[in-house]
Amino acid sequence: MSLMNRRDALKSMVLMMGGTMVGANVILTGCAPEYQVEGLDFTEKDIAYMDEIGEAIIPATDTPGAKAAGIGTFMAMMVKETYNKEQQETFIAGLNSLHKDFKAENDTDFMDASVEERTAFLNQLKQKAKADFGEEGNKELAYINMFRDLTVLGYFTSEIGATEALRYVETPGKYDPCLEYKKGDKAWAI
Amino acid sequence: MANQSYDAIVVGSGISGGWAAKELTEKGMKVLLLERGPMVEHVKDYKNATKAPWEIPHRGRRTIELIENHPVLRRDYVLNELNLDWWAHEEDSPYVEKKPFNWFRGYQVGGRSLLWGRQSYRWADEDFEANLKQGIAVDWPIRYKDLEPWYSYVEKFAGIAGNKDNLEILPDGEFMPPMPLNCVEEDVAKRVNSKFNGSRAMIHARVANITQPLPGRAGCQYRNKCSLGCPFGGYFSTQASTYPAALATGNLTLRPWSIVNKIVYDKDTQKATGVEVLDGETNETIVYDAKIVFLCASALNSTAILMRSATEIWPEGLGSSSGELGHNVMDHHFRLGANGTVEGYEDKYYFGRRPGGFYIPRYRNLKGEERDYVRGFGYQGAASRSGWSRSVAELDFGASMKAELSEPGPWSIGMTAFGEILPYHENTVKLSKTEKDKWGMYVLEMDAEIKDNEKKMRVDMMNDAAEMLEAAGVKNVTTYDNGYTFGQGIHEMGTARMGRDPKSSVLNGNNQVWDAKNVFVTDGAAMTSAAAQNPSLTYMAMTARAAAFAVDELKKGNL
Repeated sequence: MSLMNRRDALKSMVLMMGGTMVGANVILTGCAPEYQVEGLDFTEKDIAYMDEIGEAIIPATDTPGAKAAGIGTFMAMMVKETYNKEQQETFIAGLNSLHKDFKAENDTDFMDASVEERTAFLNQLKQKAKADFGEEGNKELAYINMFRDLTVLGYFTSEIGATEALRYVETPGKYDPCLEYKKGDKAWAI
Repeated sequence: MANQSYDAIVVGSGISGGWAAKELTEKGMKVLLLERGPMVEHVKDYKNATKAPWEIPHRGRRTIELIENHPVLRRDYVLNELNLDWWAHEEDSPYVEKKPFNWFRGYQVGGRSLLWGRQSYRWADEDFEANLKQGIAVDWPIRYKDLEPWYSYVEKFAGIAGNKDNLEILPDGEFMPPMPLNCVEEDVAKRVNSKFNGSRAMIHARVANITQPLPGRAGCQYRNKCSLGCPFGGYFSTQASTYPAALATGNLTLRPWSIVNKIVYDKDTQKATGVEVLDGETNETIVYDAKIVFLCASALNSTAILMRSATEIWPEGLGSSSGELGHNVMDHHFRLGANGTVEGYEDKYYFGRRPGGFYIPRYRNLKGEERDYVRGFGYQGAASRSGWSRSVAELDFGASMKAELSEPGPWSIGMTAFGEILPYHENTVKLSKTEKDKWGMYVLEMDAEIKDNEKKMRVDMMNDAAEMLEAAGVKNVTTYDNGYTFGQGIHEMGTARMGRDPKSSVLNGNNQVWDAKNVFVTDGAAMTSAAAQNPSLTYMAMTARAAAFAVDELKKGNL
């Protein structure tokens, strides 16, 4: 039985017995309740966690990273408003399994690790999914693609991303059909 | 109290209605312009036109709520958070699909002139003669030479950017300088033109975006946000073009929220005396009188109005004596073609967001060629460098991916075919006997489909695209067919066709309803065949021509 299922079973049992939910986590871990994203009512802690996931995908370099662009808040909003129920469940389960797996592998809480460690872990997950299931990845790791998709979308359409990582020109005023381009020149934001 | 009276009533304020209002008012007529939806004021009501990407809540993606509330609009790109107000809501204005039909309408002042694709091509002799030559449907009562001066007239006012290409199948017009092809398009065009010895031509798209200023219009700023309304008057719309001109005459009264229920017909004079309007906000019924009526309510809605009119004489409506009212629905079928990647231009880029690209006019079934279908198709396409949204599966997350996506990606080029649909008598719209809209009016029931000719054409439409790209050295060429649903081209045509005989057509060669000479239909409803070109420029020319004729006839005492 997986941890999730055990937790659910315990929750039901506690509820059936008229007990309180507080007890369940203590029974499971034997000490402090383990961090868990409970659903779509994201807490500040959840937003901070998603900020760091985004930052691991698009970190600050010579330009600010995804966290500075408010990626956690963006992800929360997009998951709530543009994801269907199944996608929402995949995303939430993904947040929780990333957190659990990171700790199991690194013996450190995701939030206490460095950006480099987090990035490396996400890449390792992605590589494993690809090796096991090909380019499409498997269903369990679909959440990695969700993290990537929302981070890339949210970052490059944010004011920071569009105006610092890219070149944003609201009103070009002309069309030049053939410009010289040299490697390193930034792309147009839109 | 006597009804308010005008010289002319124009029903609908989109591309055709705007032109009718301008032409009639400029000729001194007092005109009432009726629009079924709300006012959209130029500039002021373009609420998303100048927003930055980060000011768009979901960055253009659809919310679950948006999808659930729009079961019809969600079938295509039209459903998005940026211009939702300008697409008619299917809950208020439903329709019945006896066969699948995507009907995307614009119910506001300006209609779909705010939203259109702006590709503007003349028809050729070939297009007007095809029905006669092939014995299909009925002959057009007009030829290219009848519309030629009117094409010139409307092009000069609307402002069309294009290149003179000297092609028989796509006559040149009165053009402003074209929007240039970028370096990849330029080279691909050269190769296509030479590989096919000039029998196929890749040319500049001809668009109703102005590359030089016109009165009151600064011109295109290369923002490519046309469908949000252009504060610079960069493209032709009722708001930017025909409405201000009509208003300036002092002869125009615009009445939004005016849903025309029917044309009031007098059987003694065999003419219309005006229209009956239902106020969309108050549900009040008002009758306006006029000497002439121009129906420009968009193809299928103009026909619906005719169907609701003079039913005491013709149960199927005004213009139904021919048996053709509501028949011969057409559109352009599309959503297939090819794309590929282009190598060797990594040191080239462009500046500005051009609202156009290239065009390949029809080349099939011309000069004696006989495919296993009749008529033909054209292509619209463009080349560009991909941006941050490209997929780079091999790239690891982190600084390297960020750096990569901050730079432009590889060049790609793609094209989509737009094919002619034949006028089939059995492709129809009719009024439902049971279903009503929010205002209690019976809605339209759609019963149309593409047939063998279109399906065979689609094979060429897809494969020819790949053939041309490959001939031009484009790499990784892949074809696609995303499927087509009738109406999806948003080029509804037919249902009140022009013809030479009142027994087989609804309108004569001057767009007059045979059964009521002072009623003119000059939108897509009038089309006798569809050609492969985008139709709006032809509506403009047809409307201006009919307006001149109508005023002339009125002065002669013939109406």
